[in-house]
Amino acid sequence: MLEARGVSKRYGARHAVREVSLTARAGELVAIIGPNGAGKTTLLSILAGETRPDGGTVSRPPTEIGWVPQQPALYGRLTVAENLRLFARLERCADVSAAVERMLVQTGLGDRAADRVETLSGGNRQRVNVAIGLLSEPAVLLLDEPSTALDPGQRERLWEFLRALVEGGTAIVYSTHNVQEAERHAHRVVVLADGEVVYVGSPRELEDTVGATGLGFEAAFVEFLRRRGH
Amino acid sequence: MRWLLLKDLQILRRSPLLVALLVIYPIVVSVLIGLALSRGPEKPRVAIVNEVPAGGEVISLGGEQVDTKQYSDQLYAAVDPVRVSSRAEAEELVRDGEVLGALIVPADITTKLQSGLEPATIEVLYNAEDPVKAQLVQDTIKSQVQDANAALTRKFTDVALGYLNLVVSGGDFSFLGRSFEVLGLGPAEQVLRQAQAKVRPNSPEARQIQQVISFARLARENLDLSDEVLSSVGQPIRVDARVVEGSGSAALSSFAVALAVTVSLMFVTLLLAAGTLALEREENAFRRLVRGLVSRTTLLAEKVGLAAACSSVVAVVMLCGLALFVELEWARFPLWVVAAVAAALGFAAMGAAIGALAREVRAASLLAFMVSLPIAFLALVPSGAVSGALYDVTQAISALFPFDPALAAVGAALDGSGGLLGPLVHLLVLTLAFGVAARLGLRRFG
Repeated sequence: MLEARGVSKRYGARHAVREVSLTARAGELVAIIGPNGAGKTTLLSILAGETRPDGGTVSRPPTEIGWVPQQPALYGRLTVAENLRLFARLERCADVSAAVERMLVQTGLGDRAADRVETLSGGNRQRVNVAIGLLSEPAVLLLDEPSTALDPGQRERLWEFLRALVEGGTAIVYSTHNVQEAERHAHRVVVLADGEVVYVGSPRELEDTVGATGLGFEAAFVEFLRRRGH
Repeated sequence: MRWLLLKDLQILRRSPLLVALLVIYPIVVSVLIGLALSRGPEKPRVAIVNEVPAGGEVISLGGEQVDTKQYSDQLYAAVDPVRVSSRAEAEELVRDGEVLGALIVPADITTKLQSGLEPATIEVLYNAEDPVKAQLVQDTIKSQVQDANAALTRKFTDVALGYLNLVVSGGDFSFLGRSFEVLGLGPAEQVLRQAQAKVRPNSPEARQIQQVISFARLARENLDLSDEVLSSVGQPIRVDARVVEGSGSAALSSFAVALAVTVSLMFVTLLLAAGTLALEREENAFRRLVRGLVSRTTLLAEKVGLAAACSSVVAVVMLCGLALFVELEWARFPLWVVAAVAAALGFAAMGAAIGALAREVRAASLLAFMVSLPIAFLALVPSGAVSGALYDVTQAISALFPFDPALAAVGAALDGSGGLLGPLVHLLVLTLAFGVAARLGLRRFG
């Protein structure tokens, strides 16, 4: 499980994240949603150990957390297999070849293993990006806008893949602009606005809180933010 | 770190055009700079019009036959002569750029030289469109004419001294095929003393003879000194060359090699270090790497090491290649390697500092290129080209960058000019300083 307590980050006078606490239990899918500039990416990069917070704690070190950044972090001139092999070695995977093979199978990129990443489509690059985050079989996986570059078919395959991981006990925290994606896949949603957590609960509970049952989750979410002045 | 090194080498191997440009371009530029700074053409191509008739080259000076052809031959040997028959033809060749200049030797040159009354004149034509080439022609011909002048002056001096000796001591003199006996001041004094003994002492005749004897003695004694005076006139200025700054032992060719290698090292290392570090940012991989996979310091050390290793190999290979054409001391090979590695480390640390400022490879490369040329040219500003205070400023600024000590280190490694230790320590200090600057830059890198 992953637990963050009182995490804060400031850029100059602006509070990107303010006193945020959240938990993700094993086998749970947690979505972080909120308007643009709410601090979703900053919060995830702090949880991933990529950004140093000004305050607060994260229960796990970065090496125990799988991280899939929004922009694919890959070497374009290396092949898919070479990228996976490099990061498997850097992650100190016990069996590098087996880890690479497993991720090629799981992401369905076996036939593109020898292709340079620079020749792949945006969707396939994102699949490699996700695969790198999963190389060390982490107990916690963080994904920042994972489906942004994917077409509907690829998006569906990604969620099937993530659901399988969750069923295997992995805790997954992801951010998304797509509110329906949060409603459909997340066990819990964390609503961020201006760097603060304004809601934590299931999508249905958010609809109940707003009193907009029947309008749909997206309308309830917009109404929730409007009432809070966002 | 080795996996990162392997990854960077794979990326370089898959960028053959980039690597080729990275290696070939600086080598071509540096060799061109080295050649431009070291020398012009070996011998300027000069058209020669010799209007002196055949057999007219020999002149008679003081009864001695002097063949002026030896002086013209010296001049022709100093240039690449193109013999033409007329002034018009020579002018056309100069205008067309076929030759750098033309030398016209007039028919009356030997007559004027023999008379000693009027200076002989040779005419030089050159194309002034290229001032460097024009200067080369002028300098070459001027140098040879000065040599000839010096030799002829010695001949004239010898002749004048012969005439003076005749006046002082007497002897035979030949003129227009007739021989004359000249009494001379010394024998004249003897004759007068004999005549004085035959007249009455203290008589007016004896006093007049004594006056003439005194004049003859005074004239003889003073004219005896005239050979030294004439010798001094024949060679009015003597040159005493002394080196007061630098060892003076560096050959121009080895300086050109050192310069070429240092410029290549600078370009290759700066571009590699800055480019590979910026690539991590451009590919968004940097933040993924430093979140526990590798430390920023390790990443920095890997980039500096990679750039320094690659460029050291390029520099040593380049030195070996140049040694086939320029005489270099193979016994100093270990020092070449030491100097190349030290210089490469200095440039690599500086390149990493540049790379830490840029978000993209292209921006890092441009920045490295823009920084490298001014620091190279600044270090090459010669003393005397600018005012003393400005020169001190250029030296102080150059000392802050690796080019100056790198050039000194490579030069010292090649031919022992100056010491090697000083530049090596200087490079080590700069490597550490730029390494710290790069590490600080990486704190904001992401």
